[in-house]
Amino acid sequence: MSTRSDFAAGARTATGPAAATFVLGVSFGAAAASAGWGYAAPLAFSALAFSGSAQFSLLTTLQTGSALAAVASAVLINARYLVMGVALNDSLRGSRSWRAVQAQALIDASFMVAHRGDGRFDVARLMGATAPQWVCWLLGTLTGLLLQPDPALLDRLGADVVFPAFFLLLVLDEVRTVRAATAALCGAVIAAGLLLVTEPGYALLAGTAGALVGVLPGRSEPEEAAA
Amino acid sequence: MTRVWLSVLAVTLANWLLKASGPAVLGDRTLPPVARSVVGLVAPVLLSALIVVELAGPDWQGLDVREIVGVGVAGAAWALRAPLLVAVLLGALATAGLRAV
Repeated sequence: MSTRSDFAAGARTATGPAAATFVLGVSFGAAAASAGWGYAAPLAFSALAFSGSAQFSLLTTLQTGSALAAVASAVLINARYLVMGVALNDSLRGSRSWRAVQAQALIDASFMVAHRGDGRFDVARLMGATAPQWVCWLLGTLTGLLLQPDPALLDRLGADVVFPAFFLLLVLDEVRTVRAATAALCGAVIAAGLLLVTEPGYALLAGTAGALVGVLPGRSEPEEAAA
Repeated sequence: MTRVWLSVLAVTLANWLLKASGPAVLGDRTLPPVARSVVGLVAPVLLSALIVVELAGPDWQGLDVREIVGVGVAGAAWALRAPLLVAVLLGALATAGLRAV
């Protein structure tokens, strides 16, 4: 496939997450408006950081605690991007700085959409999946700031189902080998256990340790899948 | 308001650095085979952890059976060959229906 068709395929696959991103953006905009953030700061935050978990974290913790603690907690929530950046690097091309620029397209749903199943990623597909989600996140934030809808309405529409459902369908597609299934199970168990004692950001980061199943001796993924 | 702006800029900058660090440090060096086996599993591992975190929420306080049913409906629809977007939409409709009851 050409770069253009890969980009389009990524955008098509990300239609569901983009719709959910819009809804989440609306709730972020509404919450920022009620916290007295004005218009410019939430819009700039959504446009430049484009990170729902970190943005919600900062918004809620800044109201109750110190700015330093609020920033630290929002940053830790996204620490998984360190691991994802390393995983993506083998599929990037160009200089270090150009690779660093391309890596800015990393977000959870796009990372999954772009994965080709053997630790390689389709970068055009990654960009294609991120573009509509960025636009929807920004438009959602603006809509939330202007309309400030009741958060209960979004819940009644079942909007919270979209991301876990999308991730479930992708993981069903990803888990084609015993090794991948074992690693996914380990990640889920680690995250589930840590949720009881720590914040979701730490639980997610620690959950990536499930990938260490890959250091165990055994057949490589393609061999195992072919078997 | 200065406090908000400084916090927003700090988180934004940190977010850029987190995403850029791996590629900027590694450049065109490829990972050894063992590390490649590990990073090849990051996607499924992160997906399953995200599902748990999304459904359970902090301290497992966000658990909602109607949401789990919706995710299950999406999975079943996908298993029955429904397109991805349709399956997700059916899941959301199932949860919305249960919440309307």
